Amino acid sequence: MTDVALVAAPGHDDAALGVDPTTVLAGVAYANPVFTASGCAAAGQELAQFFDPSLLGGVVTKSIMLKPRSGRATPRMAETPSGMLNSIGLQGPGIDAFLERDLPWLAERGIPAVVSIAGETAEDYVKLATKVRGRKGLTMLEVNISCPNVESRGQVFACDPAAAAAVIAGVRRASSVPVFAKLSPDVTSIVDVAQAVVEAGAHGLSMINTTLGVDINTDTLRPTLANVTGGLSGPAVRPIALRCIWQVHAAMPEVPILGMGGIRSGLDALQFLAAGASAVSVGTAVFGDPHAPLRVLEELRSALAHRGFSSAAEVVGIAHRPVDARVPEGADPPGDLPAETLET
Amino acid sequence: MSPVQVQGEVLSIRRVGDYHAMTVVAPGIADGARPGHFIAVGIGGPDSAMVLRRAFALVEAQDRGVYGGTVEFVFAVRGRGTAWLAERRPHDPLDVVGPLGRPFQLPKNPVHAVVVGGGYGAAPLLALAEQLRSRGCRVDAVLGASTGERLFGALEAKRMTTAMAITTDDGSVGEQGRVTDVLPEMIERGADLVYACGPMPMLQAVAELAAAYGIPAQVAVEETMACGIGVCMTCVLPVRGTDGVTRMVRSCVEGPVFHADQVRFDAIGTVPADALGAPVVTA
Ligand SMILES: Cc1cc2nc3c(=O)[nH]c(=O)nc-3n(C[C@H](O)[C@H](O)[C@H](O)COP(=O)(O)O)c2cc1C
Ligand code: FES
Repeated sequence: MTDVALVAAPGHDDAALGVDPTTVLAGVAYANPVFTASGCAAAGQELAQFFDPSLLGGVVTKSIMLKPRSGRATPRMAETPSGMLNSIGLQGPGIDAFLERDLPWLAERGIPAVVSIAGETAEDYVKLATKVRGRKGLTMLEVNISCPNVESRGQVFACDPAAAAAVIAGVRRASSVPVFAKLSPDVTSIVDVAQAVVEAGAHGLSMINTTLGVDINTDTLRPTLANVTGGLSGPAVRPIALRCIWQVHAAMPEVPILGMGGIRSGLDALQFLAAGASAVSVGTAVFGDPHAPLRVLEELRSALAHRGFSSAAEVVGIAHRPVDARVPEGADPPGDLPAETLET
Repeated sequence: MSPVQVQGEVLSIRRVGDYHAMTVVAPGIADGARPGHFIAVGIGGPDSAMVLRRAFALVEAQDRGVYGGTVEFVFAVRGRGTAWLAERRPHDPLDVVGPLGRPFQLPKNPVHAVVVGGGYGAAPLLALAEQLRSRGCRVDAVLGASTGERLFGALEAKRMTTAMAITTDDGSVGEQGRVTDVLPEMIERGADLVYACGPMPMLQAVAELAAAYGIPAQVAVEETMACGIGVCMTCVLPVRGTDGVTRMVRSCVEGPVFHADQVRFDAIGTVPADALGAPVVTA
């Protein structure tokens, strides 16, 4: 594990230095709670042109499959209000090339890797987990179950608690590092799916993946995406992500959550921690600002300091507690804390 | 050359026919920028509802001078993002990332080149023509557009080239027709090499002509991009590698300039069945 993350970056807010950003996810310690998001940072190399990824908690790599995969036809992307739709179709080089090129690149630089895996059958996931097992740099697996299950007429694993649980149970047996199940918000009850995967052995949960949408091109009057539907991400989905995290954390407060969905500032990240996430991933915001993950980290540390907190860990789930228990004694008044609607 | 992100400042914006040409003080971007490189511009500030950058080919980049590093680009208003950009005024802040992509490759010898631009696709070709000339190349140009208002850089190109032809769809300027109507004549003057930038159908037609004449061509493509830096995989197109294998490659990092004979123009917008990792179709 790297300790570079504790070194202040230029232009740092001094007060933020008093905040201990270390984060523990299912027993693994990370230097801080800000990660990249799967599919939004490749495997870290490109972002390294802009900042040192070892300053982050870790890099969550693009979901990798057993074989090279070309992905879907273009156009694959449409910008929508405060967000975007994508239908990449999991384009990637396949696990062997990933293990040969990408994971070693991260390991050599001391960048903690969270490896995201994706399959078409429950067996694929087990094979992937077996292949990455014991590799240098690997700190955790994120299991992207928002994939069509070819053995169940293309039904997405994440939308079927039994299928999701079967995938996680297999990966859990094959893995020597913590296993996080990445959930889709496109379900009737996210708590039911969360419970199913935790019972199957998931150490933690990543929430949320994109939510399905459509955009119509008003010149051609046809769908903008070649695939018709795509996954919505960006600030537009942030309240949905916070709702999912809120509900799951309320039901299972002991299960660690890696939260994502529309985070582009430190205050956004703070909302996720308060709702129950122990750490966050910054995804779509990278496309608008290649420095976004590092900026979010710095802003989060300042925001914590200015609210009188001495660590990131102490705000995790704080929004679920009674109002007078939320702000530590002697803290500045929480001037710009958003008004909460506490409905339980 | 590593790209940088710069909080720049608009120096000037002016109308050029149907387009807008903008110059931005953005120190650091011009260092190492070469013809064919592009920049990605943030739209609407940090809380903007437009979360993606817009990519533009560089017209010119100056790494020093009174303003200490400027970049110039040209754009057409095509949506909310470019409409916002057209409303910027001198001194407004602008977030710029660049230089991005792979630029045009220059010949080692003083050859005879033809540059072919469609609409604002002429943008990167002016600086390219200048560099070719400084290497002793003869440069001819063909510029085309739907109307005269959509021609870009005709005056500058005329200064830099030995022979030049203009075509417009409506015949308002130059010859009525397409660039490919006059390109054979230009090539027959002894061209060794073609460079092209413009809409995809034009690039395909230019690629076919160059192939028919047995000369190499480099094309700069314009694909929809979400990130411009290689992390999102939205900007892909099918390209045949030197190993003969077709891959869906990222135009933002492996392009935007490609060798024309490697681009699978017939398959753009699709994933050809013989591409690496293409879905296996079972009947
Ligand atoms: C272009 C793009 C590609 C993505 N690829 C993946 C992927 O391969 N695996 C995955 O689990 N999530 C993927 N996601 C989802 C993100 O990791 C994240 O869960 C989601 O976008 C919400 O976070 P954001 O709003 O910060 O982007 C992708 C998102 C985008 C925009
Ligand atoms: S635009 Fe994101 S990879 Fe090319």
